[in-house]
Amino acid sequence: MNNLALPFTVFMMEVLHFIGGVGLLSRDVFRETFQGRIYFKLIAEQIYQIGMRSLPLIVITAVSIGMVMSLQFGLGLEKFGGKLYVPKLLAVTILREMGPVFTSLMLAARVGAGIASEIGSMVVTQQIDAIRALGTSPIKKIVIPRVLACLITLPILVSIANLVGNLGGLIVGATELNLDPNFYLLKVMTTSSIQDYLSGFAKTFFFALFIAIPSCYFGLNVKAGTKEVGIATTKAVVVSSILIVVGDFFLSKLFWIVEKMI
Amino acid sequence: MSNERNGVIEVVDFHKSFGNKKVHQGVSFYVRKGECLGLIGGSGTGKSVLLRSLVGLEKPDSGQILINGTDITPMDEAQLIEIRKKVAYAFQGGALFDSMSVYENLAYPLREHFKFSEQEIAKQIHDQLQEFGLPGSEHLLPGNLSGGMQKRVGLARAMMMHPEVVLYDEPTAGLDPYNTKRIQESILNLKAKGVTSILVTHDMPTVYAVCDKVALLLNGKIGEQYTIEKLKQEPAGVMSQFINGESA
Repeated sequence: MNNLALPFTVFMMEVLHFIGGVGLLSRDVFRETFQGRIYFKLIAEQIYQIGMRSLPLIVITAVSIGMVMSLQFGLGLEKFGGKLYVPKLLAVTILREMGPVFTSLMLAARVGAGIASEIGSMVVTQQIDAIRALGTSPIKKIVIPRVLACLITLPILVSIANLVGNLGGLIVGATELNLDPNFYLLKVMTTSSIQDYLSGFAKTFFFALFIAIPSCYFGLNVKAGTKEVGIATTKAVVVSSILIVVGDFFLSKLFWIVEKMI
Repeated sequence: MSNERNGVIEVVDFHKSFGNKKVHQGVSFYVRKGECLGLIGGSGTGKSVLLRSLVGLEKPDSGQILINGTDITPMDEAQLIEIRKKVAYAFQGGALFDSMSVYENLAYPLREHFKFSEQEIAKQIHDQLQEFGLPGSEHLLPGNLSGGMQKRVGLARAMMMHPEVVLYDEPTAGLDPYNTKRIQESILNLKAKGVTSILVTHDMPTVYAVCDKVALLLNGKIGEQYTIEKLKQEPAGVMSQFINGESA
């Protein structure tokens, strides 16, 4: 019994430690964002690193998902004569779920790993200590630019993913399912609502925090050695991904309730 | 207490543990203005932890650290910024920002804490690099520098804010005799300007060359403390055993 309980206890302690650590880091980020100097140049650099350099990955992923889903919906619905519903189904699925979730997962894999390993390496080489010893704040210089860059770029990347995802669907709809492109576009435009778009779009701000804060946290908590940098990188990607997937359910539920109230 | 001894740095009953391991168990010492204290001791005795604590990079479990009579132990990160402008820390490996050039590394503290024009910053960096024997290295990245150059750039960066106190963490470790001598000269130049310093090292020739007094960290406390003159004349006890390699 003890043998079974020990790993669970260790795991729970680690989870509690993570929640506390992320809570304190979030507090510091929030407090220091509104205090003193804002490093616009560092934020711009991170927007380029996180946003621009992730764009090819996001576009390829989104267009592929749009094409695959269009094909699968088409093949499935064709048996019931429902092929004409592919544009509506696809648009709503992409706008509400697939666009935000897949884009965020891709960003967690690329950017979360990058943030954790970069900050972890800075800890190991005492660069974070040097930032503090020179009378500056690692939160302001390192964490806040990455958090703000994620908050700015993820909604934009998701909007692009939504667009190219539907474009992928249209290509397959026109070529494989023999749907008229004009009909496809018309259906997408008339059946998907602003609520569909906003429901997915609003999630991106939470997902941006789910990626940036834990990744910075794991990076800053590297104690020593390159091995720990690797572990921190893995943890950052795993935890961010789990937060996105689990958080998506609760956020969907929340927005569903809000939509009903409106 | 600070006034009696005129100590710029004063450590009083400093305790620090990591888990069950008690590293410091009541360390006390002081350093007067313009003095250089050599802090020696075996590996793992907590010399670097003590040095890091003097600039607030580590928090003690108990005890006081007085800088110019002000206890820094209860201070938060925001309050420590003012202390860190006065107390510079020269890291063992330089701790240079590897994505920035030597110029950008040296400009960092100036841009953060002063409102100099870019021309003034450039002039100060040029002068500093001359003083530390690094002319023409402005555009090099830390990865392109030798170990000795990295240490000197780290030292030059720490000195950009003209601190009152400099804390050196093994400044000559792993350096050849030529670079060791250059570092010693840099420390002596700063000392001549009245800068107070603490030097953590295993390099006894450097201690003899630059320090006024030397303290041995032993069993979590200051085991023995000598002035350099006394150490040269009549080394005795555990200090002598440590220096001669007869005990750790």
